[in-house]
This record gives sequence, structure tokens and C-alpha cells, in this order.
Amino acid sequence: MNLKTAHAGTLESGDILVEITPGTAGSGLSINLDSTVASRFGKQIKQVIDETLTGLGVTDAVVDATDKGALDCTIRARVTAAAVRATGKDVWKD
Amino acid sequence: MNTLKERADLVAEEAKKLNKGVYNDADSSKIITARRELQAESCKLATLEDAIKKSGLKDGMTISFHHHFRGGDKVVNLVVDKLAEMGYKDLHLAASSLSDVHKPLIEHIRNGVITRISTSGLRGELANEISHGLMAEPVIFRSHGGRGSAIASGDLHIDVAFLGASSCDPLGNACGYSRSENAKSICGSLGYALPDARYADKVVIVTDDLVPYPNTPNSISEHDVDYVVEVESVGDSSKISSGAIRDSKNPRDILLAQQAAKVIINSGYFKDGFSIQTGTGGASLAAVKYIRNSMIEQGIKASFALGGITAHMVKLHEEGLIERLIDVQSFDKVAAMSLRDDMMHKEVAAYEYAAADEPGSAVHYLDIVILSALEADVNFNVNVLVGSDGIIRGAIGGHPDTAADSALSIIVCPLLRGRIPCVVDEVTTHITPGSTVDVIVTEYGIAVNPRRPELVERLRNAGLEVVDIHSLKDKALSIIGEPEPIPFGDKVVGVVMNRDGSVMDVIRNVND
Repeated sequence: MNLKTAHAGTLESGDILVEITPGTAGSGLSINLDSTVASRFGKQIKQVIDETLTGLGVTDAVVDATDKGALDCTIRARVTAAAVRATGKDVWKD
Repeated sequence: MNTLKERADLVAEEAKKLNKGVYNDADSSKIITARRELQAESCKLATLEDAIKKSGLKDGMTISFHHHFRGGDKVVNLVVDKLAEMGYKDLHLAASSLSDVHKPLIEHIRNGVITRISTSGLRGELANEISHGLMAEPVIFRSHGGRGSAIASGDLHIDVAFLGASSCDPLGNACGYSRSENAKSICGSLGYALPDARYADKVVIVTDDLVPYPNTPNSISEHDVDYVVEVESVGDSSKISSGAIRDSKNPRDILLAQQAAKVIINSGYFKDGFSIQTGTGGASLAAVKYIRNSMIEQGIKASFALGGITAHMVKLHEEGLIERLIDVQSFDKVAAMSLRDDMMHKEVAAYEYAAADEPGSAVHYLDIVILSALEADVNFNVNVLVGSDGIIRGAIGGHPDTAADSALSIIVCPLLRGRIPCVVDEVTTHITPGSTVDVIVTEYGIAVNPRRPELVERLRNAGLEVVDIHSLKDKALSIIGEPEPIPFGDKVVGVVMNRDGSVMDVIRNVND
């Protein structure tokens, strides 16, 4: 899948800023997480990002996420929006 | 025997019996300087360095400070910088509280100037470093009432107190405000400094407005003061708070406030002559607004409002809805000025505010208190000191004092702050015992302590929905998922004292 760099979200409390940059083919997903709740929810947040991207068919990408305590539903929404922008494929319309 | 000379032997005899000397008129002299000029020669006036030297402060001793300037405090850093420069080591810093602005203490701890700390709270980078194991000795945390008791009983002995004041005369009569034209700062009540002023071995007033004697009405009396030091600034008053009444527009705060107000109005304690204390959180302040409406509608007046006094409370007092204000700490400039100008707005010392062992402390006669929380648990225990990441980020304040001694304690907190749950299985750190907490108000429902069945009945009769606290915890977990445990280490970095002087809990270091 062809990707371009894209992001979604904000740095507001309760939100997450997600940036997706293309990875080389076969490199897999690399997730860098900076979170205010990393010690308690870091694994869970990375898992939600991973599952969301995998579900959208994004397999080779670098994700930089700055989390301010977002809930899973918010994380999914922001990751999906970033993926739509990165891939040009509108999962809500198509 | 008609002259003093003839009675001299008898005078000497009686003096000997009393173990006293005989008066010698040759020793007396009269000072004839005009008194305004004489004030400038007061033996108490000194530079900070001289005051420290004359106080007899030695390595290993305890120094104390108040936190009435909150984020604007300049006294702690000024004095500890000077002590470091003078080569002092191994000092115990006993402040009524510490905040973000005291970050420079980190270096003084690293250099061995400060080796022990007692405080009500810690915030910012200093708190973060201490949580990660900066100090060899754990920080001792006390509530405001607990600190007052500990100072009065000698559990917390203060060798030298350095107390910032917005005005002071050359003899030591000091206030948290100034009536002079040169007033530079205002913090209002000096309630947390009064135990220090009374019980410390030596008291140094640090002021930015040296006014002529007599600086009356005074808060700290010259009788308790040894030295007076004039400095450029003791604090930035604008950082006590914004100074203006702000109404929260946050819809969740408004919902929480409405619910809290309904609890109060239907609790059975909302009647003429009741007394109340509230915190400064958005929901707490908004609750006052709704209570005010009901007070006017039902013709109910409060006898006093207590605690940290805000502009909101001053407004109700000025409207005649609250007879008296009892102020241990002025939370904004409006409150500070009201304390200065209004006789019915009384300053109160920490122990007269909230000590468990002082029968007349105001909290014993407090009907209703509205409090906040970082976390509450299913047993109604409350934590206001340690964050969900294990890092110290708050202050005990008067939380356990008011919860324990009021007739009705109400905790108002959102169920979630971002992803952080506020109702949990067990609080990270035990600060306020569940046995003293009566009601917890969240946006997902009101939980009442099973120890208070009569409250459940009153609230249900008023049409309020009372939920089991376990359902609130489950609701939170269903939204956020199960958090991983906090990565605590084995080192004790903090000890939480109960207000009765017993040890309540410990805080361990955090490994990142």
C-alpha cells in the first residue's frame, strides 16, 4: 500500500496526536508512543493502534503517537483518520 | 525607718528571700530619641544573613515556612539559597506546603543543604524527583490540622521559622496584607504561619513592606518575633489565584456541581445557621452558586464558611447569606482584601482551624464540606496526594481534617479524568479514611457510605439516584480497560501521617 505522511488528532487533554510515516516494505509497524498514562496503559494503547492499522491494511509504517490520556474509542478514531489521510483510501465512504 | 536608706537592710533581706537583686537607680537611663526615629534602631531589624547568624541556627536543625503565597512564594527559595551560601548542611525543611515554584530545592537536596522535608504537599519537578528517590529520608506528609497539632505538641519542633509577611513594623507586628501606600504584596490570612510564630524557638519575619510601629491590627504579634528582615519581594500575589470570580463553563463541572448542591440541600443539614467549607475546584465553586439560589429561596442563612476562603464566599457574606468567614488561607485577592477590611472575616491559625486535639477547632463545628479527590475507592478511602502514575502531585491540605470532623463530607470528582479513573478498587495512597467520607458525587451517580443509611434515605426521598460505589468502579473499568500496576520500587520516599499523629501510609519510589 502506498503511504504518504499524515496525521490526525490534537495535543488536548483526553486526545491523541497520531502521525503516520511510510515504512520500507516488509519493515512492519513501528509504534513510538509518548503518553501521559504510559506506565498504566502503554501496552493497551499500542495494541489498539496496531490492531486498528492492521485492520485497515496498513502494514509497513512508522507511527509517532503523543497521547494525553485518550480513551480507546478516541485512539481508534484518530488512528483511522490518520490512516485515511496517509493512504488516500476513505474507509468511511469506500 | 522612714527613708529608703533606713529600710535598705529589710529590702536586701526580702530580695534575698525572693532570690532577686536590689534595684539600682544608677543602672537606669532614659532614651530621649523621638520614637519614630528610635524605631529605625530596633534591635530586631537585621539583614537576612545577620538574622540567620543571630538566630543560632545550626546544621541539623529545623527551619519552617508557610505557603500563603502558593505559586508566587519567594521566601523559601530566598532563604534556602542564603543558607546554602552560608554553608549550612543537613537542615530539616518543615513547610506548611511546597509547590512547583520550589524546584530550586532539588539542587539544595543534592548538595546536602536540605536532608529532610515535612510538608502538606509537593508538586512539579521537586515532587517528581522525590518520587524517583532523590532523598535518603522519606518526606513526612501531614494535614494542615495535623501539622498544627504536631507543632503545638512538640512532635514537630521548629528551631527557626522564616515567615513571609506583606507588612511588618520594626518590632515584628506582621500581617498578610499592608495598609501602607507602599504595599507590594498581599496574601491575606497567615493561618498556616501562626503555629510557627507561636512555637518556633526563633521567628524571623521576612517582609517587603516595613511599616512604622504600630502595624495594627496585627496577625503575628511582636511578642513572638525575634528578627525582622526587609527584602525586595516576599511573593507574587497574582499567583495566589486569578483574583477574579470565574464560573466554570465545563458542562461536566456544572453537572457535578448541580448534583453536589442537591445532595447538600436534601441532606438534612441545610438549615438556618449551618456551616460550610468548599474547595476551589470548578465544581466546588459552581456548587456554591446553586446553594446560594436555594438559600435565597428558602430564607436560609449560614453561620459561617470555613477554610480556604474564595471570592465566592466573600460575595455570599457581603450579601448577608453567610454571617462570618473563618479564613485559614485566602485563596484569592478578593478574599485577602476582605480579611483586611471586614471584621466578620476572621483569620484562624491552623490548629484552631483543623486540629483533632483542639476542642474548639472550627472543623468540629462544621456541618458540610465539599472536597475533591484524585481517587476514591470502593471503601470510600480518598487519595489527594499521589497520582495514578505513583508520582506525588498534590497536597493533603485540610482534606482528612474536614472529612473527619464535619457532619457531612462530600467528595466531588469526575469518574474519569482522561483515561485516569477516579473510582478504583483501592486508592494508591491512603490519605482520608473511608470511615470519614460520607458521599461521593460523580457524573455517573452518587454513592453514599453504607455507614450513613439515613443519608441514603433522605437523598432517595428527594428523588436522587443513589448507586453502589462498586458499580461506579466497574463503569470506569469498562471504559478504560484494566490498568497495569504502578511500577513502584521498594524505597519509601514519603510517610503519610494521620492527623492524630499515627502513621497512615507510606509512598514508595517509582521506577520508570
